[in-house]
Amino acid sequence: MGEIVGMTGDESIAHAVKLCDPDVIAAYPITPQTIMVERLADFVYDGELDSEFIPVESEHSAMSCCYGSSIAGARVFTASASQGIALMFEILFIVSNARLPVVMGVANRALSAPINIHAGLEDQLVCRDTGWISIFCHDCQSAYDTTIMAFKIAEDKEVSLPLMYGIDAFIISHALEGVETLEKREVEDFLPPRDPLYVLDPDDPISVGSLALQDSYYELKYAQEQVMINSMKTIKKVQEEFGELTGRYYNVINTYYAEDADVILVTQGAITGTARTVVDRYRRQGKKLGLAQVHVYRPFPEKELRDALKGAKVAATIDRSITFGAPGPILYSDVKVTTSNGGPIIQGFIAGLGGRDVRIEDIAKVADRAFETAKTGEEPSKISWVGVRGVEF
Amino acid sequence: MTETTITEKKKEKPIKWREMAFEERPVLAAGHRLCAGCAAPLVVKFTMMATEDPSICVSSTGCLEVSTTIYPYTAWQTPWVHCAFENAAAVASGIEAGLKALMRKNKIPKRKTNVIAFSGDGGTYDIGVQALSGALERGHNLTYVCYDNSAYENTGIQRSGATPYGAATTTSPGGKVIPGKPEFPKDIVKIAAAHDVQYVATVNVAYPKDFIKKIRKALASDDASFIHAFSPCPLGWRADSSLTIRIAELAVETCMYPLYEVDCGEYRLTKMIKKENKVPVEEFLKTQGRFRHLFKPKRRDDIINDTQKWVDWKWQQLLRLCGVKEE
Ligand SMILES: Cc1ncc(C[n+]2csc(CCOP(=O)(O)OP(=O)(O)O)c2C)c(N)n1
Ligand code: SF4
Ligand SMILES: [Mg+2]
Repeated sequence: MGEIVGMTGDESIAHAVKLCDPDVIAAYPITPQTIMVERLADFVYDGELDSEFIPVESEHSAMSCCYGSSIAGARVFTASASQGIALMFEILFIVSNARLPVVMGVANRALSAPINIHAGLEDQLVCRDTGWISIFCHDCQSAYDTTIMAFKIAEDKEVSLPLMYGIDAFIISHALEGVETLEKREVEDFLPPRDPLYVLDPDDPISVGSLALQDSYYELKYAQEQVMINSMKTIKKVQEEFGELTGRYYNVINTYYAEDADVILVTQGAITGTARTVVDRYRRQGKKLGLAQVHVYRPFPEKELRDALKGAKVAATIDRSITFGAPGPILYSDVKVTTSNGGPIIQGFIAGLGGRDVRIEDIAKVADRAFETAKTGEEPSKISWVGVRGVEF
Repeated sequence: MTETTITEKKKEKPIKWREMAFEERPVLAAGHRLCAGCAAPLVVKFTMMATEDPSICVSSTGCLEVSTTIYPYTAWQTPWVHCAFENAAAVASGIEAGLKALMRKNKIPKRKTNVIAFSGDGGTYDIGVQALSGALERGHNLTYVCYDNSAYENTGIQRSGATPYGAATTTSPGGKVIPGKPEFPKDIVKIAAAHDVQYVATVNVAYPKDFIKKIRKALASDDASFIHAFSPCPLGWRADSSLTIRIAELAVETCMYPLYEVDCGEYRLTKMIKKENKVPVEEFLKTQGRFRHLFKPKRRDDIINDTQKWVDWKWQQLLRLCGVKEE
């Protein structure tokens, strides 16, 4: 086991990527992902990392290069955020359909307009339909660890899918934390070299990216969905193996005092850490508050979430994202559908858009609201926005 | 910057036409669904005939792509990938970088592998120009072939940045007030050359030997190369499918689509058209229904003359660049 090193979220990702020895890195800078790319450039330019570093002219080309390099059989990494993800959106679907294990770090940043560089998970959440495995981290350590697991999950032959994982803009990307590091040798043992599902061999040529019409598209999409569903097995297996190696066990749903809780906060990303503090406070006061963090978001861990929420009266979802004119924000909607055949009342909250601070008091308010709901047993009719000026909470 | 040009470096192998024609080259199998008389498969064929090493091909969305790979079939006999419309240059960059890294790290056997991108004029001049510029600037070892049929043929003949002045397309119709495309095409070859890559050239399916020689030079360069291939489209141009090669010849003889190369910064004309042999552009225009409105019901001398003037001006410009004096 390596030493504990002070690193920001971006740096922890860059250092973990270095240990994974990618063959190609193609990325375009965007705040607050820039440090990931800059550090990787340092490693390559100083000869510490043997990768082709492609300084692309846009995120669209970053993802297109990743497509090309991955199809050539290379281990590939990219990183982006917000507008960058929006620009590469088209290609995300194509990478997953071609079963190409591209790994992408995301510094989750609010989408324009208005332009804003701070936290918001919508850049990654709106990629829910792209066919990528999607994971949200909650601190620098999980960012570091997830990077290493990401390559192993994505490149597993049973999976062979692209994977994106996010850290909240600035709140994690630029927060300095102690990160327990791994040694090169340990990662080499943990992560086998990539053994691609298929290769472009001039001696045995194949065509990839054909036109598939009404007679085949439908079946191909069904097959793709089976791969995505099945990837859950590998994700869990890799989390288990990583736990054995490091003692740090991750779950697709990370729970905290959820077993006997009346109210469970359902979170993603950095808000999870603050919510834990609130749970600690409430528990000290004898209030049965718990937490379920949706760590792996695609494939959605339905069964695990249902199990986590089983005994609760109310589950309060906190979305750091907005989807306009919908029955509720994205995380809320997924949780609601997952529990539609029984389970707690789902109460939806929106918080912290554009990097607005979500404080302990804010989450405590959410918890109090949920306890009221638990008492009345009445499902609230609307989504509440935490702390919007001029709007009654 | 290089001291010797590609032409000097690459010793020319004679093109044994008869032998090549009978050689079983794995390129495009019969049965693809491109229109009769379409020049695009010839562009692919001549390009691949020029290769001496294994190749990986990339196509952007367009006629060539949709008509050659209708799942579960494929006409391609060499590894081929399609990703999207605007990114053939970026995908090819990725493949090149991937192979380079894997070979350097001894993860795959070292062998020279050509990475060749085929993209239409839409995918090159317009929506793909950014990705192309990036790839040229970064200097990936790849060859980018633009087959220019001068419109978005696949989606139903809409105008592109390559569509000639006055041509009717479905988005620049030969209207009562505006008679066809009001703009002249952009000079993509000079745009490519402005990146100072080692090799840029124009080719034409009516001049296969010149075509193959230039592809060989492009592949011999260890930089990104750009090839502009004039590619008649009988359907979109409303031309007789038996006239494809004749139209391609006229494109050169009128000096509308001259044959030249830019080899390490040196412009070189590869097919001189003497003043006395220069065919009026009208002869080119007349072969295609997309220009019919310039002749019927009323002759549009203004458009025809402007086209001629533009062609003359571009030709003189090119002669100057090539250091050629017209007697
Ligand atoms: C982003 C995007 N915009 C539009 C299209 C629709 N589209 C597909 S092919 C094409 C035109 C292709 O034109 P060109 O590159 O000249 O190739 P051609 O079909 O003429 O051979 C268009 C507009 C698309 N596939 N993707
Ligand atoms: S429409 Fe034109 S470019 Fe497309 S296949 Fe037919 S002839 Fe070829
Ligand atoms: Mg075209």
